[in-house]
Amino acid sequence: MADLTVSVVSADQEIWSGTASMVVARTTEGEIGILPGHEPVLAILGSGEVRLTVAGGGSVRAKADDGFLSVEHDTVTIVARSAELVEG
Amino acid sequence: MGSQVRVYRQKIKSAQTTKKITKAMELISASRIQKAKQRVAASGPYSRAVTRAVSAVATFSNVDHVLTTEPEVIERAAIVIFSSDRGLAGAFNSNVLREAEELAALLRHQGKDVVYYLVGRKSVGYFKFRKRDAEREWTGGTDNPEFATAKEIGDAVVSRFLQPASEGGVDEIHIVYNRFVSMMVQVPEVVRLLPLEVVEGVEAPDDNEPLPLYDFEPDASDVLDALLPVYIESRIFNAMLQSAAAKHAATQKAMRSASDNADKLITTYTRLANNARQSEITQQISEIVGGADALASAKK
Repeated sequence: MADLTVSVVSADQEIWSGTASMVVARTTEGEIGILPGHEPVLAILGSGEVRLTVAGGGSVRAKADDGFLSVEHDTVTIVARSAELVEG
Repeated sequence: MGSQVRVYRQKIKSAQTTKKITKAMELISASRIQKAKQRVAASGPYSRAVTRAVSAVATFSNVDHVLTTEPEVIERAAIVIFSSDRGLAGAFNSNVLREAEELAALLRHQGKDVVYYLVGRKSVGYFKFRKRDAEREWTGGTDNPEFATAKEIGDAVVSRFLQPASEGGVDEIHIVYNRFVSMMVQVPEVVRLLPLEVVEGVEAPDDNEPLPLYDFEPDASDVLDALLPVYIESRIFNAMLQSAAAKHAATQKAMRSASDNADKLITTYTRLANNARQSEITQQISEIVGGADALASAKK
């Protein structure tokens, strides 16, 4: 199965970009999990973390407050005014 | 006679000192320009993502949103002017102010009231000198814009936009800023931010493939509510970054020509000083010779 192309961007720079096999984010409505082949979505992010399962194994967590998430053609963009990676 | 040489020497000294300063300023802005360009490039992904999302919502949902629908009668328009804090940048500030004046004249001609939001000390000074009122002013930090300032400006204009016109709200928002085209070229640019015209200039998504049909969460109008202020902020932030880069480029250009002019002055004055010194020497010689002649003929 194809992977997701993910980029996490904040207002002044791109925080992370790469491929992932799964993205889990918290929207204002609740948690949303995105796997490859997901339908196009535009969702508002609630406060909380975005978890990415990186394609080669391992995971990345990012704090993205006050932003939105868009999914189209297996491309996931997480956009927030301020975003940062969470260590560990 | 000696006094004339001294005057030229003084002028050469002063031109040299000026040249040292302008040269230093040229180098400083040359180094800052790179950083400013990088910041413009770094903010690219964000504004592209936001613009794409906004155009997706605006095209694929039939929601009537205040920020996208054009009111029938436009009573008042706001102009946000992005100038710099410091001068010595050639026509940088006068260009942007002239462009703003032209826009204001056009809007007034259409029967709209104009209110101003000013960014940068230079535009504030321009308005103060003419005793004109501005709605709000932001000064300081134009060389190195912060996103927090962009957010503040965005909040201020959007909240004013959401007010009904009868209570002093505005129906249109324009921004005027210098766009950084290249090291040599900076163009003052006028953009109407609100009501929204998403498809415009550099920020438009470049691929022509149709946008996919999105699923909105929670729903289209809520997403639009949340997105539009973000979009406005990102446009404003982009304008600030562009303006900062353009300012550095303009300073560099102005300072380079100032240094060149100082060089020219130094050459001219050196020639004049040499001439003066030479004629002084010639005169002294002829005086001495004349004096010796007179003494020699008196002895006989």
